[in-house]
Amino acid sequence: MALTTFNPRSFDLSDTYAFTGTVSGTNVGGGSLVKISEQTASASSSISFTSGIDSTYRTYYFKFINMHPSNDGVLFQMNGSTDGGSNYNTTKTTTCFQAFHNEADTQAVLQYATGGDLAQSTAYQLISTEIGNDNDQSTSGELWLFNPSSTTYVKHFMSRFQCYYFNDNSTDIYIAGYLNTTSSVNAIDFKFSGGNIDEGTITMYGIA
Amino acid sequence: MAISLAQASSMDLSQDYNFTGTVTGMGTAGAMTLIKTLTASSSSSLSFVNGSNDVVLDSTYKAYKFVFKNVHPATDGVNFQFNGSTDTGSNYNVTKTTTYFDSIHREDDAGGSIQYQSANDLAQSTSYQNLARSTDNDNDSNISGELWLYNPSSSTYVKHFMNRLNHTFNSTPQHTMDTFVAGYFNTTSAINAIDFKMSSGNIDDGTISLYGIS
Repeated sequence: MALTTFNPRSFDLSDTYAFTGTVSGTNVGGGSLVKISEQTASASSSISFTSGIDSTYRTYYFKFINMHPSNDGVLFQMNGSTDGGSNYNTTKTTTCFQAFHNEADTQAVLQYATGGDLAQSTAYQLISTEIGNDNDQSTSGELWLFNPSSTTYVKHFMSRFQCYYFNDNSTDIYIAGYLNTTSSVNAIDFKFSGGNIDEGTITMYGIA
Repeated sequence: MAISLAQASSMDLSQDYNFTGTVTGMGTAGAMTLIKTLTASSSSSLSFVNGSNDVVLDSTYKAYKFVFKNVHPATDGVNFQFNGSTDTGSNYNVTKTTTYFDSIHREDDAGGSIQYQSANDLAQSTSYQNLARSTDNDNDSNISGELWLYNPSSSTYVKHFMNRLNHTFNSTPQHTMDTFVAGYFNTTSAINAIDFKMSSGNIDDGTISLYGIS
């Protein structure tokens, strides 16, 4: 009898199958959050993403895990580049607000932080605030960057970080703004305002 | 004649193909993995315990995300809460310092505001942390949103978390309430279980899904 249909027993499942057509019904390719690259700090002066930021994805998402500074009470900061990382100096206008609450329960505040925003500045933008460098202190959070390769629009971004502040409070800080350029932004740099990034992992994802 | 070329139409595509070799050409793997969905049905709590009921909450992933869909309280005006455990769910009592603020707007277009809610934060407390306050239990009311938990298995760092939930505030007229909670479990022990419950009464309905981010 002629063989008309193959089933799994008809295949060497341990072999290599390089499909070039459309394969559906599998969760291997089903995720919309695609990891592009990951960098782990080890007494690093900064962590830069200089490749993988292009028109492949319209939205890029960065996840920060336990960024730990070598110095006490320093800011965690970012800046963008339009020349592949030769210069990190894109003009930015931003907002900054935060909630904080100390372990002693004597301060609990929600406030706009004028000291944390920028107005048409090329300086680095803080994205987490005055992190402590005790062994168990760090900051974790996320940052979104929208359509960085556009040559029409400014590049919006927004972040949220949870921070173990140097004087033992919990800070929930929100930054948003735009890189005020119609040139493609093709590199992003992260660093502390003083000292090194002792430890921590930054992962960059594309949203398919 | 021997078959030399198997085409898609020659394959039983409805069956399971458990390839163990290298399979390419199917796109890039997704970085967000659904670990477990729990569905409430008059449940006193919903717990995600590492190693139990197919739950993974360990060093497999550096970041975990909980997604809440249509969580509905049995009792009017109760708070939706959570806590962590370092002993796989025997005790939910990890010390926390947190912040809590919410934005509110009434259905009659009055009362738009944003405020810090000092009665809902914690300072070095082992109590359950409110994630949404004074929730409404009308049939169409519910709580939806997300919560992130970072590197829960670290033995070095405190464990940061942050959430954002939207729900219907229990009031007349009703309010929409956008709640932002963040903080840290102040422990260097691994967090290996998370419990969600209402401050009183059951979770009538709703799902909570746990994802791992690789």
